[in-house]
Amino acid sequence: MSGYKTASSHNSFKQRFIRDFKLNKLLYFMMIPVLLYYVIFHYAPMYGAVIAFKDFSPMKGIMGSEWVGLQHFRDFFSSYYFWRILKNTVVISLYSIIFMFPAPIILALLINEVRNQAFKRVVQTVSYMPYFISLVVICGMITDFTNSNGIINSLFSLFGYDGAAMLQKPGLFRPVYILSEIWQKIGWESIIYIAALAGIDQEQYEAARIDGASRLKQMLYITLPGILPTITIMFILRMGNMLNVGFEKIILLYSPVTYETADVISSFVYRKGLLEFGWSYSSAVGLFNSLVNLILLISANYISRKVNKSSLW
Amino acid sequence: MQAENGLKNKAFDWIINTALILLVIVTLYPLLYVTFASFSESSQLVANKGFLFKPLGFSLEAYKSVFSNPGIIKGYGNTLFILVVGVTLNLFLTAVAAYVLSRRNVMWNNLFTFLIIFTMFFHGGLIPLYLIVKNVGLIDSLWATIVPFAVSTFNLIIMRTSFSAIPESLEESAKIDGANHLTILFRIILPLSKPVVAVMILYYAVEKWNAWFYASIFLKDRDLFPLQLVLREILIANSTDNMSTGASSADQFMIGETIKYATIIVATVPILVVYPFVQKYFEKGVMIGAVKG
Repeated sequence: MSGYKTASSHNSFKQRFIRDFKLNKLLYFMMIPVLLYYVIFHYAPMYGAVIAFKDFSPMKGIMGSEWVGLQHFRDFFSSYYFWRILKNTVVISLYSIIFMFPAPIILALLINEVRNQAFKRVVQTVSYMPYFISLVVICGMITDFTNSNGIINSLFSLFGYDGAAMLQKPGLFRPVYILSEIWQKIGWESIIYIAALAGIDQEQYEAARIDGASRLKQMLYITLPGILPTITIMFILRMGNMLNVGFEKIILLYSPVTYETADVISSFVYRKGLLEFGWSYSSAVGLFNSLVNLILLISANYISRKVNKSSLW
Repeated sequence: MQAENGLKNKAFDWIINTALILLVIVTLYPLLYVTFASFSESSQLVANKGFLFKPLGFSLEAYKSVFSNPGIIKGYGNTLFILVVGVTLNLFLTAVAAYVLSRRNVMWNNLFTFLIIFTMFFHGGLIPLYLIVKNVGLIDSLWATIVPFAVSTFNLIIMRTSFSAIPESLEESAKIDGANHLTILFRIILPLSKPVVAVMILYYAVEKWNAWFYASIFLKDRDLFPLQLVLREILIANSTDNMSTGASSADQFMIGETIKYATIIVATVPILVVYPFVQKYFEKGVMIGAVKG
């Protein structure tokens, strides 16, 4: 603490507190509803997560329920489901990082190379469109198209697929999930990279052209490095959400037949907690999920700060 | 060297344009298919396997069933309520908080900001949230889809960043004229921030329009179901039966097929009509959002 705010050190905390309050009273007053919102709907649930260490019964309430320590965590880690849902979550996450993450970057690079402005506009407008269709409708379309009579299924039958409903096959759940995800979001997620592309110094291209660099080379050695900071930030954010697989979509698409490849931590939390009323057990699983996320985010940020000096904090 | 590069560049253009044309087709065709299918004669559609390049026959039967379904009409009504009331509350609270947090020389702002951003990275989980909503007494009320989502932290940060960029001198001169913070926010800052306000409305509206998951756990009363929950029953759980009463079960199955497509159209057209008009805003919005908070 030595040297901390030496200039104002003759003001005691109490004096500063009172002066600040007098000066900014209205601001603090304006902040009350928002702070209440965060306390009630974000911090109270964090406190409520203690039921993961208790045997929660709605009759006794959070306070009154009995402590059971790490019992629910032990049950979870030793259950048959632990490895299955952990594996599914990690695999689906990795797939979306490997296939989903680069897709909008590639699209942005392609759109950037289009010289006909009208065509560029059309591509952008069309590619953003599916993002605005609601998830429920998208999932309805996926279910229908991959059904035994659906268009995607008919198309694949031409290449020797047996024609059974794709969402009934555990082996096809992930490809269907990831491909439809790319279909819906590639355009929308490319916007941020297109925005970043606009900031690249045009003189670099001129210099490269004089040196005789082909457009492919310009794309690889000027454009791509130019948006690298944006890519890094997006990647860190993505890592922090690694275990938050889009479970709403999974819940809409999966069925008991495909649980073995489709069930992830959050869909499991939903089923055990809200459909089967295993409140405490399910909270323990959810807490495990949140903690792993936080650790992943902090590590990704740390690594990025060390490796290429750009980070979230 | 020059000529070789010229040839290479031509091939390069050709590859890129082909790839993008393919992307446009792959993106658009499913939507066209749904449109064609919705106007098709149900018996012909069921018999057909594979691609459609125009409606098979022409029938408005499916649309008649959709528009006479009370669930869909009510769903639209509930969604409209959630949208209008929800987005208004979202915008008001977000603007006020963004204003306060963008003020300099406020002693507790750093702490507030930290506490708010922390919620983006750690949360209590689904079950504790459910218990809170239950304890607050919001279960089975449309407010359950509004109040627990009153502020989106991500949007709040975007708005705070944009407010911080407004020159302080404007605020100072208003203060000299005797304006208080509320006046400054609503008379000076907000009118100057129209683009970011438009983006916030868009982001919140899309979120509200799409919301079905929390509605499905917080609402049990069918009369309160927003449109997306009604759609889920029709599209995912496949229950079109109550919309085709009076038909035999084989007919019900056939009509059910076209009803699904008509439902998709009815639920999606409003968005796709509005979307070209708001496109320019969300491009701007993503750029604003991309600025590091």
